[in-house]
Amino acid sequence: MKDFARLFTKLDQTTRTSEKIAALVEFFEAAPEADRLWAVALFSGRRPKRAVTTTLLREWAAERANIPLWLFEESYPIVGDLAETIALILPPSSAPEERDLAAWISVVKGLGEMDAEARKAAVLETWDRLDATERFLFNKLITGGFRIGISRKLMTRALAQATGVDEAAMALRLMGSWQPEDTSWAQLTAEEDAREDESRPYPFCLASPLETGAESLDDPADWLAEWKWDGIRGQLILRGGVHHLWSRGEELITDRFPEFARTPDFLPPGTVLDGEILAWKDGAPLPFAQLQPRIGRKTVPKKLLAEAPVRMLAYDLLEHGGEDIRALPLSARRARLDALLAGLPEDAAVMPSPLLTEADWPALAARRESAREHRSEGLMLKHRDSAYRDGRKRGDWWKWKLDPLSVDAVMIYAQQGHGRRANLFTDFTFAVKDGNGLVPFTKAYSGLTDAEFDEITRWVKRNTQQRFGPVRQVSPELVFEIAFEGIQASPRHKSGIALRFPRMARWRRDKPVDEIDTLDGLKSLLAAYG
Amino acid sequence: MADPVLSFTERGIYCPAADIYIDPWRPVPRALITHAHSDHARPGHGSYLATPLTAAMIRHRLGVEVQELPFGRPLKIGSATVSFHPAGHVPGSAQVRVEVGGEVWVVSGDYKLEPDGLSEPFEPVRCHAFITECTFGLPVFRWQPQAEVAAEINAWWRANRDAGRASLLGAYSLGKAQRLISMLDPEIGPILTHGAVEGSNAVLRAAGAFHRETIPVTSDFDRKAHPAPMVIAPPSAFGTSWARKFGPAETGFASGWMRLRGVRRRRGVQRGFVISDHADWPALLRAIKETGAENIYPTHGYVDIFAQYLRGEGYGATPVPTEFGGDEETVEQSGDAA
Repeated sequence: MKDFARLFTKLDQTTRTSEKIAALVEFFEAAPEADRLWAVALFSGRRPKRAVTTTLLREWAAERANIPLWLFEESYPIVGDLAETIALILPPSSAPEERDLAAWISVVKGLGEMDAEARKAAVLETWDRLDATERFLFNKLITGGFRIGISRKLMTRALAQATGVDEAAMALRLMGSWQPEDTSWAQLTAEEDAREDESRPYPFCLASPLETGAESLDDPADWLAEWKWDGIRGQLILRGGVHHLWSRGEELITDRFPEFARTPDFLPPGTVLDGEILAWKDGAPLPFAQLQPRIGRKTVPKKLLAEAPVRMLAYDLLEHGGEDIRALPLSARRARLDALLAGLPEDAAVMPSPLLTEADWPALAARRESAREHRSEGLMLKHRDSAYRDGRKRGDWWKWKLDPLSVDAVMIYAQQGHGRRANLFTDFTFAVKDGNGLVPFTKAYSGLTDAEFDEITRWVKRNTQQRFGPVRQVSPELVFEIAFEGIQASPRHKSGIALRFPRMARWRRDKPVDEIDTLDGLKSLLAAYG
Repeated sequence: MADPVLSFTERGIYCPAADIYIDPWRPVPRALITHAHSDHARPGHGSYLATPLTAAMIRHRLGVEVQELPFGRPLKIGSATVSFHPAGHVPGSAQVRVEVGGEVWVVSGDYKLEPDGLSEPFEPVRCHAFITECTFGLPVFRWQPQAEVAAEINAWWRANRDAGRASLLGAYSLGKAQRLISMLDPEIGPILTHGAVEGSNAVLRAAGAFHRETIPVTSDFDRKAHPAPMVIAPPSAFGTSWARKFGPAETGFASGWMRLRGVRRRRGVQRGFVISDHADWPALLRAIKETGAENIYPTHGYVDIFAQYLRGEGYGATPVPTEFGGDEETVEQSGDAA
């Protein structure tokens, strides 16, 4: 794994894109084929199945390091990453051994078939054969979540450079359900796309936030406007008589949404739709909170299926009659989409996301203001001539979101962050006033600068009143404006409400605690927008 | 019952028998100073007592009068006997041994066990009670030998030079900076220093404690005259116009905190070199064992966790709160170095 560890180290030690790409290209050109394939797989979110629980890994690491388990647990939040904590805490390797990445991965895969004792022995032995960086990577392989600062886009670009395949074509090939075990390097990188995969989705086209007024987009006739829905973005693939549903995070979620099982009866093979999956009832979307329980469940109980049935509001057609039509102008794709979906019965679970036809910007702006009533987050503005591009290309697609709702609240608990934010207090719980007391109503983690987090971290250390494990209760003094996209009733929370996308809009150093918002104020927001 | 040899007060560690404070953080009439870092040697005290090298540094930094007491020489103050013993943290840094009526307490100050080639090497002192720093008192902190880090730094410098870039290495101006300079291979290129670093260099050179040649970066600095240099500066100098004098450059930081990937990434550090003037986990445990002390007072760092661990190992251990602003390495990585 030395080559792969060296690649990781190079990627980790530079912030220059050109150097990252050079390191990847060098690896793709020189490493053994199986290692190259695995590197591509890992950097595109594929990994061997987890065979050991993290609880066991912690116990084994503590035992091997000859420290009590509680000390391991105290160290973990300070390091901020489990794989790294284990790598750092273990004594130096006593029997270093050089094997390929693929060989270590087969060790990981082999763990699944071993009994508990053999598994422990295999992990301990492997730790003892690897240096600190290799151990960290090996632990990442076991624990999952191989996010190490290489974007898929960067990896795709390097792969395109190393193989001479066009970058967009390469991005398409990397989509879908392939695994390094069933794919060869030649298949992945041949000049002609040689990989048969009926479930393969297209790379999603992404929008940029519109920060200025829509007037900056000139002629409204050049733009198609739609609601910006608050659901799950997905691609519905119909090929060869079956259907597949992919999430934007490239997870295959077909089985979670049996509502689409009948789509092959209504839509011809060789169709790929891009749209939003929403919980939907009586001709209108349900709040996101009702879709949420459907997202995590691999099989859906009948009751949930009845309470929160879903449908797709389709807004783009990427493949039509088996032909990739992403290069056509949006207006042409949209016309085909509308024709395809026209007259579908109610139980097809797919309908076009309506176009908003206001003719000028003031009228569209007024429409946007009413978005919350439609359970929408605002508008999407897409240029009528735009192709369906790979990723985010500024200028073609804009999301024109409503201004968030906000309340002023006081921080009452603080906890340290993870990863890059380890050792900093970044995870806060906020409260509003309720009579003479305070009632917690949300957590928030983002929105402040590193310098502000630094300053707050120093403040938290000096103003801790009580500790509950990693959580510190602090004196209620620091006031923040909390922005959020939506508000829902929630019997699970003490305050009775739950927020959607809460974050810290700013630190209100100017505001004393007795001027923060009240629970009654939140309840009136709930009444207006819930 | 008699007073304890040392007690922990709002102003810092106090010895009632000598009526003297050790590294106090509020102004006091009489202060014993373990070393010249700004969180230990503060302005405003009535009198200062330190080792000769620390005394020279304090005079340079604070412009105050300092009495000197060489390593190993006992001094009777009131009914206490105090002496300084090498702590190995930076040149001149000391542990303080205090003996009252046959009972011995030692205040470690900041320390490390690995000889760095510049500081007087750490000397274990037998005692009944040991007040120990534990900046890196977690088992994830373990340092490589200095020679290995030196090889990494020189390889980095060489690669930067070959790519036509300067190497900017951030380090605390007293101690760490001179240690790094002494680890560099002068064959690779010129070694330049920021004014804050050069000030410390000059004091240590005058005392015969540092011999390397360095080139101070002055206002009329001409970068063409010093191609592909290694520049040693406090990290706070980076990201300022000063750092742009050198043209295309790579930045690196040298600190024990660089052991943690999260910290490296947060600080936007291109290269982190794991090298510290504090004891790592195994060294802390070894140092404590070698004192023979039964009662340990961890201070300055992960004190609660460290004390709990020591209790599990059979020591009496009580965490001591401090008002040190964090160790100098933390201060440095926050970019607001003194």
